[in-house]
Amino acid sequence: MANSPERPRRVTIDPDGPMLVEGPVEVVCADGTVATSRRFTAAICTCRRSRIYPWCDTSHRRRTDRDQGAT
Amino acid sequence: MTGPRLPTARGEVSAGLLSALRDGELRRPPPGALDPYGDDLQLALYLLYELHYQGFEGVAEDLEWDPGLLALRRTLERRFLAALRADVPPHADAGQALAALLVEPVGPDDTSVSHYLRREGELWQLREYAVLRSLYHLKEADPHAWVIPRLRGRAKAAMVAVEFDEFGAGRADEIHARMFADLMGDLDLEPAYGHYLEQAPAEALATVNLMSLFGLHRALRGALVGHFATVEVTSPPDSRRLAAALRRTGAGAAAQRFYDEHVAADAVHEQVVRRDVVGGLLASEPHLEADVAFGVHATGFLEDRLGDRLLRTWRRRRSALRVPLPDGEGRRTS
Repeated sequence: MANSPERPRRVTIDPDGPMLVEGPVEVVCADGTVATSRRFTAAICTCRRSRIYPWCDTSHRRRTDRDQGAT
Repeated sequence: MTGPRLPTARGEVSAGLLSALRDGELRRPPPGALDPYGDDLQLALYLLYELHYQGFEGVAEDLEWDPGLLALRRTLERRFLAALRADVPPHADAGQALAALLVEPVGPDDTSVSHYLRREGELWQLREYAVLRSLYHLKEADPHAWVIPRLRGRAKAAMVAVEFDEFGAGRADEIHARMFADLMGDLDLEPAYGHYLEQAPAEALATVNLMSLFGLHRALRGALVGHFATVEVTSPPDSRRLAAALRRTGAGAAAQRFYDEHVAADAVHEQVVRRDVVGGLLASEPHLEADVAFGVHATGFLEDRLGDRLLRTWRRRRSALRVPLPDGEGRRTS
């Protein structure tokens, strides 16, 4: 994906999910480690529950008892 | 490179088809009381669809467009589709259908194959799982590529982006089908395309036939998109559990890598597919919403049937395969 003044990198915000950032992208974490994604879009965890932080692993999903139904 | 070998027949219809594929003369038995989910119909349909993918050793390539075979395919497809339409209750709301998949159970789910394998799966069960899934994963994302010319605008751009990722983003060794072949190597399985067709019961064939059915019919593009969204939404948590099972059983680095990659990749794909493929399609063709919902529910219905068979047999310490693995591949390494 290009990242130029004519075609700036797009970041998509979803209050209920990860932040979507056009790749390739490097994320500098709080401890200084750098994570790199070459994917066309990276999903960056915003709930802080991911086991593969800084990337989303869908841990933000709502959890429920099966008996109570899914919706 | 030679294609896979033709399998043995599982009934009158598949027997007639197999002889037609060998010598070109189709003897069509009336598919009267054919079970739409049974071995005979599902194998025949699988063979007919496979002519559009990689074909078979010794089968003429131009039989792909043989009018007699296409007519048989249409008959079998109509029976399969009619059964699915009858068994999957009509739903009008695609968003609601997908929202139901976005909720994870609090504790272990006794009806889920990935929950079972994560907690107590043994190596022989993980090998059987890989054998059955190999029919799809060795052509991963191929059935969905057929929908591309049927999409426009936002849905098309997003679908192609996700497919590009599935096909290795330009790198052959990162094609997901290739990564699955590497997983099979770690599990001492034969990674050749179509090698385990004989082992796959009807329940497993039906899950792959569904994708080919939706992919090959423009009229079913909504259902294909619903199917694809279901796969991407359900994959990350399932993949995380399968990676954990493979790690626990010491299956090997390539085996873990396939499912680790699917956690991260499909967490992205899920967002893109729901937002832009489903959203884009329904923005331009809102009348397809019930078809998208049908695709979601039909996928769940057939996956549940396969899951039932796997858990029913494995809990009795029995093989879930239709026939045992060939000599030298059948060792229960647990």
